[in-house]
Amino acid sequence: MSWGGWSGFWAMGGYGLYVWGAYAVTFGALALEILSLVKRSHETKA
Amino acid sequence: MSATIKWFWYASPQTFLPLAGTMARACWAGAALLALAGLYVGFFVAPTDAQQGEAYRIIFIHVPAAWMSMFLYLVMAGWAALGLAFHTRLSSMMASALAPTGALFTFIALWTGALWGRPTWGTYWVWDARLTSELILLFLYLGFMALQAAIDDPRRADRAGALLAIVGAVNVPIIYYSVQWWNTLHQGASVSLAKAPSMAAAMFAGMILMALAFWCYSIAAALTRVRCIILERR
Repeated sequence: MSWGGWSGFWAMGGYGLYVWGAYAVTFGALALEILSLVKRSHETKA
Repeated sequence: MSATIKWFWYASPQTFLPLAGTMARACWAGAALLALAGLYVGFFVAPTDAQQGEAYRIIFIHVPAAWMSMFLYLVMAGWAALGLAFHTRLSSMMASALAPTGALFTFIALWTGALWGRPTWGTYWVWDARLTSELILLFLYLGFMALQAAIDDPRRADRAGALLAIVGAVNVPIIYYSVQWWNTLHQGASVSLAKAPSMAAAMFAGMILMALAFWCYSIAAALTRVRCIILERR
């Protein structure tokens, strides 16, 4: 799969907003869960 | 020592604690590696879809998240039922530890579905059997968490939550078969055990890698959370 540079990659054939909106929220939500677990683990050990 | 005795040994929260920590660390690492491989295949190996263009690339998170949302609910209801039947504390703790991660994957399935529906169907949301039953699944997870949080006594909270989880499990086959039972806008299953996948091999590989990454992630998150629950209830 060749994207012809980064601008082509981010554009996603005109669907950039949908594709990146889906991926950003997914990995953002998973990151928030990890952060909350790290925080909770530290609090329970203390 | 026989394997049978080992199982009962680990059914005690205190002895399970260090094992859960070791398994969680391995699963966190596995999830990260599998997700990197899945994203690489999904964005740099898998070809453009002939009908949907690049919009289809949402499939690599949408389908695995939807699978996890249903599967985690059944595992959660199974642990809750074990806890209800045998009064094993660790089973109920596992059910409580799975709920937030299951709710998260349900939200992700709905969110990515909305962003996929807009370019392909022309709408973010439709009250179709598949979408509606998946939304009910999110409410079941949130209801389970709210109910447990509302009851102070942990044993009563476990029992009440277990009843809700078991009754709500009826919704999972409804989600799964909704595309066959009703005439839905949502397409049918793209992968089934009975026949070969109806998509390019690289697309299928990317989806399976992301599904395995989400599996590892869910196990790691649930084990990390159950450790906190064990320590908090001590």
